Amino acid sequence: MSSFPLRIGTPDGLLFEGNAERVVCRTITGDLAILAGHCNYCTAIGMGEAHVVFEDGTTRYAACIGGMLSVMDGTCRVLATTWEWKEDIDKERAEDAKKRAEERLARQGLTDQEYANATAKLHRALVRLSVKQ
Amino acid sequence: MAANMKAVKLRIKSVQSTMQITKAMELVASSKLRRAKDRSDQCRPYFRELHHTLVDIAEGNTDFSSVYAKSVSGNRPQANRYCYVVIAGDRGLAGGYNSNLFKKLEAAASQNLTDENNLENSSKSSPTNTGVDGAAVSVSDYVVLPIGKKAVEYFHRRGVEILTEDFATVADVSVADCFEIARLLCREYREGRFGHIELCYTEFVSMLSQRPQIAPMLPLTDLENDADQADAGNGAASEKRPVRDLILYEPDSTEVFDAIVPEYLGGLIYGGVCDALASELAARRNAMEAATSNAEEMIEKLNLSYNRARQSSITTEITEIVAGAEGV
Repeated sequence: MSSFPLRIGTPDGLLFEGNAERVVCRTITGDLAILAGHCNYCTAIGMGEAHVVFEDGTTRYAACIGGMLSVMDGTCRVLATTWEWKEDIDKERAEDAKKRAEERLARQGLTDQEYANATAKLHRALVRLSVKQ
Repeated sequence: MAANMKAVKLRIKSVQSTMQITKAMELVASSKLRRAKDRSDQCRPYFRELHHTLVDIAEGNTDFSSVYAKSVSGNRPQANRYCYVVIAGDRGLAGGYNSNLFKKLEAAASQNLTDENNLENSSKSSPTNTGVDGAAVSVSDYVVLPIGKKAVEYFHRRGVEILTEDFATVADVSVADCFEIARLLCREYREGRFGHIELCYTEFVSMLSQRPQIAPMLPLTDLENDADQADAGNGAASEKRPVRDLILYEPDSTEVFDAIVPEYLGGLIYGGVCDALASELAARRNAMEAATSNAEEMIEKLNLSYNRARQSSITTEITEIVAGAEGV
């Protein structure tokens, strides 16, 4: 299968630069796969599992949260707020975060902001855990 | 003679203790700098890719339905107002680091004001002189979001409207803070408090050179103009490329921009913060290095004059003793 240049970047650095056959990731409207020869394209990334199929046929899974995905002149750029490869995810930390978020949500009298923060934290933890398992 | 010797001795001591301080500050700055530089190097690719992608999008964009895509003209009361996100240092003693940045900002702000006034043909007095008397004019003409104590202090003194002071210490700003700033900016932008957002920070070029810079962030059409100017600067044909390769937005451009822009602003601000922090420390290290070497030079000179004074006092003493012995 033909491949295309892919770059994955987060504020913590450029995580991947090279060729890939396929990128699958969750956007704000649903899962999406990018193959070689895609037209110029831009969308926002949601929260969910992503995976990349490399040239040698290996697949790597990752948790991908927020950011944007663009294809410009054949180059695909995934600029995510968070992109953690499956093997890099700290399961215990995610479980802790999940527990803390749930406890917070169970409390009464949260402000809208606090509620939104806690839900976002819970979502992130759940995404990480689902990728890890 | 003895009094002179004592004065010189005191002077040497005071210079020496100053040198100790500058030396210590230099060491602290260089050890912090290493960490800051690593961080800045790490996030630089993201920062660059993000900017590059957005410039590409801005150039290829033909759909201006999103509020972020186009500079609104006329229909909003403060459409031409600028908001500057200013990233300065927390502390002084960093050479011209802070003042260079503010100078650059003042120049850009007055430039934008004149442009705007020419457009509107307003009868307002020319605000180009943003010196002491110009301060009154510039008060309500731009808003700032200062990051760093020095920036907060500066804008307080100037009486410029400040959006928020929650992010006063630049060293503590994290990624999460940047996204919070971005959300705040987006909210204010949507409400129409200002029509342009620019990022004002110091670019880390190398250990010895840092350049204050102003980069447009919103609306996206500003990015396009910036890219055109860069092209013109490079001597390339600044003629506008025909828009042929259209971009597919899914589900549609408005929704994509609404989701992307806060992230993009956050990323850009974070990149700016990392760069500014590294620049500040590098500037301080250089300033302190210069101060230390100046102090060394000074001590050398003082030592020379101290020795001279000592010698002449001894000579006088000997002369006196000899004269006294002869008298006996």
